[in-house]
Amino acid sequence: MSQADLTMEGHSPGLTVGPAFSIPTKKLAMWLFIIADTMTFAACLVAYGFLRNGTPNWPRPFHSITNVALMTFILLSSSLTMLIGLRSARAGDKAGAFRWIMITAALGIVFALLHIREWLGLIDEGMRLFKNPWGTGLFGASFFSITGLHLTHVTCGVIALIAVGVRYKGGRYNADDIEILGLYWHFVDLVWMFVVPLVYLLNLAH
Amino acid sequence: MTTVEAQKSSGIGKDLIVYVCLLALAGLQFVIAYQNIDASQMFWRMLTVACVEAGLAVLFFMHLWSEKRIFLWFVGIFTISVLLGMQYGWTDSFRMLVGAAPFSK
Repeated sequence: MSQADLTMEGHSPGLTVGPAFSIPTKKLAMWLFIIADTMTFAACLVAYGFLRNGTPNWPRPFHSITNVALMTFILLSSSLTMLIGLRSARAGDKAGAFRWIMITAALGIVFALLHIREWLGLIDEGMRLFKNPWGTGLFGASFFSITGLHLTHVTCGVIALIAVGVRYKGGRYNADDIEILGLYWHFVDLVWMFVVPLVYLLNLAH
Repeated sequence: MTTVEAQKSSGIGKDLIVYVCLLALAGLQFVIAYQNIDASQMFWRMLTVACVEAGLAVLFFMHLWSEKRIFLWFVGIFTISVLLGMQYGWTDSFRMLVGAAPFSK
């Protein structure tokens, strides 16, 4: 009897045969990462809400929604291009899938550049990590932490898109890998849906 | 039906419909931001729209709807229970707002 047999002894076949939830292991790993990352962002947003609610002179520095609206449009559109890329990969259209993945990466880069432009604008107005001209210094810390964490995810996503896209084109990765990367990219988009209203829209200067 | 089969059977049309719905919901959040209501009402309205957006994205863009039902329930129940567990500190936030002494004193 082998060591593996000894280890498995006592378990019913249903528990030991086949991947958990009947989905591929790599995809399950990505879902577990996404669940864990959801907790990270949720903790940041809950802490932000806690501070905003408990601080009477919370700053409302945003005068225009044009930039954040454009960023939202670009990120949502990048999710669609990612889906089209996945469909092309599933259909065996390697060149098409690579093209759409690179378009997704390009949209991610545009999003990141717009984000940095927004940051520079706020820094120009005197906003720093622990002080700003409008009110409590906690605003800068929470704003830069949450949007910075999201921007880091977008940047990592763009690098992953380029790396996986190139390797897919070279034949080292397949459509399943594109799907798993797509899960991550859609998650980044999903987080932005909560960051926009809570961090930007609730702090519009009326 | 597996995720791959589900993706093959449904065309790009469904993705486009979900994309347009997400754009419309994102637009609705911007409309709510300019409504003449208090911050609390605005917060709840925006959060509701964001949750609907997230649901659409998870179910259709991330294809959770096409996965096994047990996995869908696992992700849903696990995530929601932890998110709800994070809400225990709000009473202390309201205490900070009125400047009262900490509950532990």
